[in-house]
Amino acid sequence: MTRTRVGLLVLVLVASLAVASGYFLDARQQASATGPAVATLPVAAVLAGPRIVFRNAALGADYSRLALVPLADPGGPRAVTDVSCERLYATATDGVCVTATRGMAASYGVSALGPDLRPTSSTALVGQPSRARMSRDGRLVSTTTFVTGHSYASTSFSTETVVRRDGESLGSLEGWRTTLPDGQRLDAVDRNYWGVTFAPDDDTFYATAASGGTTWLVRGSLADRSMTALRTNAECPSLSPDGLRVAYKTRPDDARPGVWRLAVLDLASGTETLLAETRSVDDQVEWLDDSSLLYALPREGTEATTTDVWSVPADGGGTPVVLIPQASSPAVVRTG
Amino acid sequence: MYVTVRGVPGSTASAPASSAPEPGGPGEPSRRLVRGVPATVLALGVVSFFTDISSEAVVAVLPLYVTAVLGLSPVAYGFLDGVHQGVSAAVRILGGWWADRSRQPKWVAVTGYGVSALSRFLLLPVTGFAALTGVVALDRLGKGLRTGPRDAMIADASDPSRLGRDFGVHRAMDTAGALVGPLLAFAVLVAIPVGVGGYRSVFVLSAAAAVIGLAVLVIAVPQRRRADPAVAAAAVAAPRMRWRDLTDRRLRRVLVAAGLLGLLTVGDGFLYLVLAASGSFGASWFPLLMVGTNAAYLLAAVPLGRLADRVGRGRVFLAGHVLLVAAYALTATRPGGAVAVVAVLLLLGVFYAATDGVLAALTSRLVPAASRASGIAAAQTVVALSRFGASVGFGLLWQLTGRSTALLVVGVGMTLVLPVAAALLRAPRTAVTR
Repeated sequence: MTRTRVGLLVLVLVASLAVASGYFLDARQQASATGPAVATLPVAAVLAGPRIVFRNAALGADYSRLALVPLADPGGPRAVTDVSCERLYATATDGVCVTATRGMAASYGVSALGPDLRPTSSTALVGQPSRARMSRDGRLVSTTTFVTGHSYASTSFSTETVVRRDGESLGSLEGWRTTLPDGQRLDAVDRNYWGVTFAPDDDTFYATAASGGTTWLVRGSLADRSMTALRTNAECPSLSPDGLRVAYKTRPDDARPGVWRLAVLDLASGTETLLAETRSVDDQVEWLDDSSLLYALPREGTEATTTDVWSVPADGGGTPVVLIPQASSPAVVRTG
Repeated sequence: MYVTVRGVPGSTASAPASSAPEPGGPGEPSRRLVRGVPATVLALGVVSFFTDISSEAVVAVLPLYVTAVLGLSPVAYGFLDGVHQGVSAAVRILGGWWADRSRQPKWVAVTGYGVSALSRFLLLPVTGFAALTGVVALDRLGKGLRTGPRDAMIADASDPSRLGRDFGVHRAMDTAGALVGPLLAFAVLVAIPVGVGGYRSVFVLSAAAAVIGLAVLVIAVPQRRRADPAVAAAAVAAPRMRWRDLTDRRLRRVLVAAGLLGLLTVGDGFLYLVLAASGSFGASWFPLLMVGTNAAYLLAAVPLGRLADRVGRGRVFLAGHVLLVAAYALTATRPGGAVAVVAVLLLLGVFYAATDGVLAALTSRLVPAASRASGIAAAQTVVALSRFGASVGFGLLWQLTGRSTALLVVGVGMTLVLPVAAALLRAPRTAVTR
């Protein structure tokens, strides 16, 4: 090798390492800095009234922390706790926080939160957290995780959705009975379940069942350990506060993989309404009230790792607006 | 690495690189470095080392990034994973054919490594599902393109009697990168615990490693000009790659043998799952099983390559599958305990050491030099496709009969197929061609 070539190689090596180290040091400094000042409120003050609990997505030391805003002023100052979550959900008296500990062997857990949003107990979870929901009284908790090891061929995925009642696991939904629209039982090896939402009776729930590329909206009963498909092509349901409608993601007919539209199904009439949000939303929506929905959406372009919580009317009209900037995983608590 | 390479006599600034004598070619003992391994093989090993750091660092953090930071659903991730697994096998033969056809394996390899390096840079701005799928596909496209030409370059640069060892050296360096990559990635994530900065730093680190690997390939690996008289003569006799070379009886027998064995080679993931189910360790240790297997592979690659040169590559290839049967049996009987887990990981690692580089060494001698990249790529594609079939089939069998029974069935099947494969591999001893 000529001296020129050796010199060139050393140059590439030094330059590459310099850029990588520079970026690393810069990112490290940014992470430890407090970040752009986000106006904050005391946690106790926000807890006293109706509120939205969410995962803080503002970059800086408080990134991924559980935060909350008054329902009356969602875009204003937020209160930030010191609890870190990947996904979370909360009711007036309880909360659930799915945590990830990164490392050579990443580990996941689910913490139960008390009324003050402090962790009260913690259980290990297998797999990467994907969805978390609770019943309105906080007794029922459902978590969905993505389990790599379960898939039989490496080209497919597998989820594990577990429902817990008062902290006791009722087991994985995969062990329960599912009846498809044609009356057949869903026994396929590749069946998966995810995205549970609970009705106020603490027995009825809605979820997604999937097999071989088809998804179904199912209605289930915890007491019977059974589910019945209501509709195909519907994922990640969320029951409205009045219990009359279910919002979910659906795939448009011409969609590429990974493109979803939000829709609302009227349970009594079976009418599906596509919402005014035309961007692809891959989130389990939350009802702000009986007339509008919340969901997280990443920003465009260079800011795309920052998510905002958007709001759109549930009747298919209007236009989406940002409700809480730099936030994800919203949970609406309507009582003080 | 450059310190040793710089000591090569004849590498003066005045001699244009292209007309310089072939470093590391056969019959030039003065160019052999590190106990006689050709400089080209070492340089390609360095390329693979950095490239594996680059790819494995990303593979280690991508699931978490996609689901936790970008918030994509499991379905989206499952689709990405499928693309990751599927694209590479499809373009592998294309890379081999292109390298042979153009007789420029180095530049086809540069294209492959370059495409993968480009995909690292694209990871930074990209966050949408479709774009991310494209980036992953681009990376695997590069991987598929480069593998055949690179192995052909190793074969070209090596003394035929040392092929097994040289492939062993290359695979050991490659695996070392696969071990270092995730460690670096997790060290970065621990150092930057909040926000996306940690992930982005991993991607920048990965891009830097990819650039370094590419630079070593472009700058330090000589373009094979077939200066070796024997190779030159062969090149004149067979001016270009012919598909007919791939239907050569001896190559065909090796492809059939590798395919048969591949159909009974279930993915490591299944063995890890059975081990995990036996309750010997917590679920959080799951990712470390792969690290253990890789460590065993790293340690065994060179000794087994040497052994293959001495006692026959076909024999070592078969012996590797015997070890795999032992791993099945040990896993299926589920004795539990750390010792059994470590033993299974060792058996798996040694199985890879006895088969991966050894198969490339074996096939590279069965096709004319002009079709070498295609021949090696054909063998790798056969193995990849048959193992994919094995995983699908094993999943069904597992579901129908239970995991221990399924493993025993596959183990018995492998035991029955091994003599057939041995008969297929017992090629005439005169089969050393260029």
